[in-house]
Amino acid sequence: MSVDLPTVSADSGGEAAETDVAVRPPASSVRLVATLAVAGALAGLLIVLVHEWSEPRIEAHRARVLAEAIDEVLASPASTDALYLENGALVDGAAVTADTTTLDRVWVGRDRAGVPVGVASVAAAAGFQDEIRLIFGYDPAAGAVLGMKVLESRETPGLGDKIEKDSAFVSEFRGVLAPLVGVKAGKATGAEDEVDMITGATISSVAIVEMINARLVEIGEPLGRWWSGGGSSAGAVGDDR
Amino acid sequence: MSPRVTTPGEDFVRGVWRENPVLVQLLGLCPALAVTNSVANALAMGLATFFVLMGSSVLVSSIKRLIPKEVRISAYILIIATFVTIADMVLAAVVPEIHKALGAFIALIVVNCMILGRQEAFASKQPVGRAALDAAGTGVGFIIAMVMIGGIREVLGNGTFLGAALFGSGFEPWIVMILPPGGFFTLGILLLLFAGWEERGGAERAERTWRVPVTRRVSDVGPVAAPGGER
Repeated sequence: MSVDLPTVSADSGGEAAETDVAVRPPASSVRLVATLAVAGALAGLLIVLVHEWSEPRIEAHRARVLAEAIDEVLASPASTDALYLENGALVDGAAVTADTTTLDRVWVGRDRAGVPVGVASVAAAAGFQDEIRLIFGYDPAAGAVLGMKVLESRETPGLGDKIEKDSAFVSEFRGVLAPLVGVKAGKATGAEDEVDMITGATISSVAIVEMINARLVEIGEPLGRWWSGGGSSAGAVGDDR
Repeated sequence: MSPRVTTPGEDFVRGVWRENPVLVQLLGLCPALAVTNSVANALAMGLATFFVLMGSSVLVSSIKRLIPKEVRISAYILIIATFVTIADMVLAAVVPEIHKALGAFIALIVVNCMILGRQEAFASKQPVGRAALDAAGTGVGFIIAMVMIGGIREVLGNGTFLGAALFGSGFEPWIVMILPPGGFFTLGILLLLFAGWEERGGAERAERTWRVPVTRRVSDVGPVAAPGGER
């Protein structure tokens, strides 16, 4: 049953101490397999234990980052809740029939009276280096973007990363009318739908403008219906918007 | 190749300086180039690697009798990969921002052949105490090299050290230094300085100080670089 290859093992052990080569007989195949199987099982067990410990913390951090980002792009609403895109319509969590984790979603921010002030949505598309993920706030009543925050990007340090670090560029997205138009710095006419691009990071800044526009097209129709329906699918009517 | 008797201090100091994994052995260059664009990233990567190296060396050394020689490399890699996975999850849970900045390079600690090299060349043949000292020395040497490269790149490329601004607003950052070419420039210049120091007799002076025989870079532990093993 043994298929040991002593010559091979002596070769491959060229760097090992000679004493080992001399003293130890070649191990049987069963022993080799058993050793790796036991080691693998122990390693797996250890990883699962650490995972059990770390996963809730990682999730909590993710949720906190997202909540802060929603708060920022909707200019600190009194409350926010998630809306799910199901069968082409936006519905709130209570009315969703499918598993909510699988559904596309936006977040609606409300003022103290419960009146929606805007929705926040994630958009993602390829930037210069890798995919850029951002979240932006949108006010369907005014047709204006309320704010933009980059969640994930690997753009070039010093150039492309200005999309998140350059406060002048980020503030361009406050109150700009959709669909957005990216213009080169210095070519701005002052129109309300213009966003000044960053010199040296044109691809990254164009990607941001385009991904927001694309996402607005994607959710525009159900969002418009939801919004004109009183901004609530939970039954609150009489909103004078 | 009978085990040379060395003092614990020599086991430790060897990896820190004269056989520094990055600056002398040229191992672990992938993280040394890729994630040294800031001191914080370099330090976090250094600490994560230190943890993996220390854990693997101690474990490999303590169970070396149980591992058949034929499957030792597989077993080492399994052990290293386990520690790397743990480090990855702990970093994500404790310092999410740094974890995000390091990205895929944490997972790539598995293939840092500095670690596998220490297991094969040292920990698998030595008692636990010596393996731990050797791992500590090599790990500290790696951290020192990472922070040196990271420090130079962050100061010149961003005008900051650990995020604290060093220069007035008049300083125009050398952006190239935090881009990939900056890593090559910095590493190249450091290697040049280090080789120059050695050539002018630094190693011999070190030998007198630490009583380590100068066998030029690789001592009794044998060559550690697996052919083509470095990423």
